[in-house]
Amino acid sequence: MSIRGPRKGENYELSVDLNSEYRDKRKDAIKRVIASMTVGKDVSGLFPDVLKNMQTEDLEQKKLVYLYLMNYAKTQPELVILAVNTFVKDTDDPNPLVRALAIRTMGCLRAEKIIDYLCDPLQKCLRDENPYVRKTAALCVAKLYDLKPELVIDNGFLEQLHEMIADANPMVVANTVGALTDIHASATSNASLPPNDPAIFTITGTVLTKLLIALNECSEWGRVAILNALARYTAQDDKESEHICERVVPQFQHINGSVVLAAVKVIMIHMRRVRRDDLVKQLVRKMAPPLVTLLSSPPEVQWVALRNINLLLQKRSDILSNEMRVFFCKYNDPLYVKVEKLDIMVRLAGENNVDALLSELKEYASEVDVDFVRKSIKAIGQTAIKIEVAAERCVNVLLELIATRVSYVVQEAVVVMKDIFRRYPATYEGVIPTLCANLDELEEPEAKASLIWIIGEYASKIDNADALLGFFVDTFTEESYPVQLQTLTAVVKLFLKKPDSSQALVQKVLDTATKECDSPDVRDRAYIYWRLLSTDPAAAKAVVLANRPPISLSRTSVSQSLLEELLGEISTLASVYHKPAETFIGKGRIGADAVQKKAEPGDDLLATQKALQTVVAGRQAENLLDFDDDDISTSDSQPSGLAATQVLSQTPAAANLLAGTSSNPLDDLVSIFGGSGGGFGAAPASATSGPGGAAAPDPLAGLGGLSLSGGGSMSPLTPGQSQQPQATPQQSQGQQEDLLGLF
Amino acid sequence: MVASLIAILDLKGKPLIQRAYRDDVHTSAIEKFLPLVLDIEEEGQQVTPCFSSQGINYMHIRHSNLYLLALSKRNTNAAEVIIFLHRLVSVLVEYFKELEEESIRDNFVIIYELMDEMMDFGYPQTTESKILQEYITQESHKLEIQARPPMAVTNAVSWRTEGIRYRKNEVFLDVIESVNMLVNANGNVVRSEILGAVKMKCYLSGMPELRLGLNDKVMFESTGRTARGKAIEMEDVKFHQCVRLSRFESDRTISFIPPDGEFELMSYRLSTPVKPLVWVEAAVESHKGSRIEYMVKVKAQFKRRSTANNVEIYVPVPDDADSPKFRASTGTVQYAPDKSAFVWKIKQLGGSREFLMRAHFGLPSVRSETDVEKRPPITVKFEIPYFTVSGIQVRYLKIVEKSGYQALPWVRYITQNGDDYSVGEGKRVDRADVINVQMEAFITFNAFDSLGFFVMNVADSKYKNS
Repeated sequence: MSIRGPRKGENYELSVDLNSEYRDKRKDAIKRVIASMTVGKDVSGLFPDVLKNMQTEDLEQKKLVYLYLMNYAKTQPELVILAVNTFVKDTDDPNPLVRALAIRTMGCLRAEKIIDYLCDPLQKCLRDENPYVRKTAALCVAKLYDLKPELVIDNGFLEQLHEMIADANPMVVANTVGALTDIHASATSNASLPPNDPAIFTITGTVLTKLLIALNECSEWGRVAILNALARYTAQDDKESEHICERVVPQFQHINGSVVLAAVKVIMIHMRRVRRDDLVKQLVRKMAPPLVTLLSSPPEVQWVALRNINLLLQKRSDILSNEMRVFFCKYNDPLYVKVEKLDIMVRLAGENNVDALLSELKEYASEVDVDFVRKSIKAIGQTAIKIEVAAERCVNVLLELIATRVSYVVQEAVVVMKDIFRRYPATYEGVIPTLCANLDELEEPEAKASLIWIIGEYASKIDNADALLGFFVDTFTEESYPVQLQTLTAVVKLFLKKPDSSQALVQKVLDTATKECDSPDVRDRAYIYWRLLSTDPAAAKAVVLANRPPISLSRTSVSQSLLEELLGEISTLASVYHKPAETFIGKGRIGADAVQKKAEPGDDLLATQKALQTVVAGRQAENLLDFDDDDISTSDSQPSGLAATQVLSQTPAAANLLAGTSSNPLDDLVSIFGGSGGGFGAAPASATSGPGGAAAPDPLAGLGGLSLSGGGSMSPLTPGQSQQPQATPQQSQGQQEDLLGLF
Repeated sequence: MVASLIAILDLKGKPLIQRAYRDDVHTSAIEKFLPLVLDIEEEGQQVTPCFSSQGINYMHIRHSNLYLLALSKRNTNAAEVIIFLHRLVSVLVEYFKELEEESIRDNFVIIYELMDEMMDFGYPQTTESKILQEYITQESHKLEIQARPPMAVTNAVSWRTEGIRYRKNEVFLDVIESVNMLVNANGNVVRSEILGAVKMKCYLSGMPELRLGLNDKVMFESTGRTARGKAIEMEDVKFHQCVRLSRFESDRTISFIPPDGEFELMSYRLSTPVKPLVWVEAAVESHKGSRIEYMVKVKAQFKRRSTANNVEIYVPVPDDADSPKFRASTGTVQYAPDKSAFVWKIKQLGGSREFLMRAHFGLPSVRSETDVEKRPPITVKFEIPYFTVSGIQVRYLKIVEKSGYQALPWVRYITQNGDDYSVGEGKRVDRADVINVQMEAFITFNAFDSLGFFVMNVADSKYKNS
């Protein structure tokens, strides 16, 4: 043997023991080798010595040697060949356990040299009289396909697998279906495959019948495999869809949560074609209890279930309409479970249960975890915006929370109040004094910006608005940019509403912003205001004080087409992440490109239509209240959210600057349209959507922008465009060029 | 499309044992797991059970001081993998009693064997520990004859081996119920549900066919029969895989070939409102920087003829409380500083009785301002013998085996009224009800407000045969 370590040390001792004449000593040595392997020591040098112990009557020893081979076969390919004989012999062993073990291990060796020797024994094992061997062999075909697809095809293993779907043993059927599905998946991930390739596993009517029979008899994991295959079947007519649903429904009673979720998936898919309303109703009714029961599982399982329930509710909000209480958070729930529950609770909130919800949310807002407290307060705001009749009660709860004077509670409540003012303008003005009283408590930019926005919006009704804003003007240069932007706008609003008392203030803020501020965004906005005010105060009024369309709560967190795709993936990672599989499976950049490719052809039209509809509807503020936490939480670092939408609607020139920094191109785009009716802002928005669009879950947003930019009107020209301030950075100049190019 | 690799890691993220099922994920990814977790935590984000990084999906669960981790590169069935990891834990626990670093190091050989048998190419296979124990044993060297795969591994009946023999054929039946309860700040029950389970101990020969009859409302309604006494409406029922689900779906019959020995036949859920059986209220008076005082009231809200045994009330106190003083009108009180709580133990609490206790603690005079006080819930544990929560009844248990032996079905028995009755065909069964109820209640409190959570459990009690 060529590879041999030095004649001392641990490996040398092991090597001596492995060659010992005593059986016990050899076995003990093998165990020690495996132990070293387990802790990560390199024992590959002992390969030949271990190999000698392969031929044994002792099953445990055999398993250990096999285990060793699996680990080191790749590093010692020439030596593996020595093991082949024993393997092949073992596949003829009278004990089915040994036969199965041999065929299972051979498939795991993944060494080119041994693969060719695998085919004959595999052929034999697929027809073994013992079902344990057959079920192992079935999966071995999938292993072989993974290594060398042509061997599988040349040896006719696929045909054999197709025959095995009719096997008398349900476990064999389940593993066969698993193997065929696995092969199907790897075959279809290779795009160049012809559609009639034998590796493609089409589920025909005959296969369906066999699967439905095996479903009731096989083990839990087998059921998952079979249900997944059923989900892929295309029903011939609605009768057949009904039949499948009826046969699958009993699986809801299975104790294994993955069987339940797999059954839910099959029902959701085949229910699309069921036309009998009573059956649909019955199916939906039967789906609720097992979903609720999943919440008594361990927290990790609960979390997976909750993520899926969230998707299910976006499609069918009626599934759990009476079950909001089961989503109430328990004290000892992990935070990741609580956060998901909050989201679902708001989804299920309605007029009938809002009181119970609010008292829960209020209680959560007094818990220890800051993150959870903030999310609970946000949920109160979302409830207020969702349910008009409950808005007042929500506001009262917020006031109680503000009264606690806990800093982060107050700040979050202020941010939430701003959204409520957007939804119900001029309704809860009585709250403003309380909010203003907490001015000193506010430290976070988002909370400050929110309060300033409120003061500016209601400047005419707040007697000391100039004093309050003056406070921020004094410290203007020390504030963060979002706060500066809001201060600027609020002071201009104040001036337009009460010109007499605030002339000095507006002068001061414009002066400070244009001369002392180092953010181009802030400076540009100040210049625009200045010019507007000096040339045409009436126009300024029309622009700055224009009515903003009300905001609403979006019912879905993903686009409709993505939702349908994800519902077909229930219980998989895609449905857990709420992202299509291409975005996270291991293909790096190609993955993202593939998504782009997939979305592009034919969908442009759809995207255009969708964007236009959104514009018409004037729903500009989706990003304000999007359920997705990211959107809300990023708004303090970037002028998205309120800052972006508000400014965009007022000052189109500033829109260009801001659109570039916002995270969601479509939202900005929409807000430009909704606010000023001018279309010219679309160009920079879509120009910058490139990188964002690729990363965002829905690349259609970017496409929508592109197609819209042509159709938009060119109406109000920017007053400031001709005299671009010298300090404007490269970025904005580039965008201006884009604009000019358009003209 | 399941797991490529499964590993058990210690809390430092070091792999204790691992097994690769596919080679598309390199083992080095395991070592990236904990740094990734720490990064996510550092960013102030939630570490969720599944996350993805650089094309690799990490799915994990926690068990005591261990992480069980599964990796994949595909759009894996997350529910299946997470549940499999939990199943792996329960199998290992059944093998080694406790699953921890030490038991893993001591038993790596058998864990490798189990990992090999429980999953193949990333697809879960046999996960029934009873069946696994038949051919993967810790004393394999003692076996002169080689182990063979039990028929059960691949049979339609994968949970029972053939050829089981008992001299005396017996079945024991337990009904165990627990109640989850949330109590809000005003002491109102916001939500309550009963979680029940029927557990069996089966010592029967051959391949017996069993049929279990419950006072199931849906079954009575669908068959048009009227229930004798109360019928219960189970909202969701889950069965052991031995129960024929399609049969239950069509006519609500619970028919099955049972596994041998102990197992849980079914579990069910009822959302019937339940009154808290043992009510605990706590009033807290905190004098910052000097002392904190508690007044705890316990009230047995069940009938006088029942008694709650071994009542334990855990009341949380601030971490830095010292010099405890207690005064109780019954039972004993102990301070448990390791749990930041004191425990009030009452051996027997009679129905409708009410007791008070007072506690006094000193507090350090210096306290950081920012220290937000956690308010964990009060926990209550107790058992009530001879007490029914849901009213579930076992109406009959029929046992048929082709050899035609007589089997003795033993059931938990209630002595209250003695109105037991038998249902035909030579097998006699008594009415079985819940006997011992163990209730765990968690109640948060803020001066007078509470948020609670109750769990009840049947403890051991005598079986009685008809």
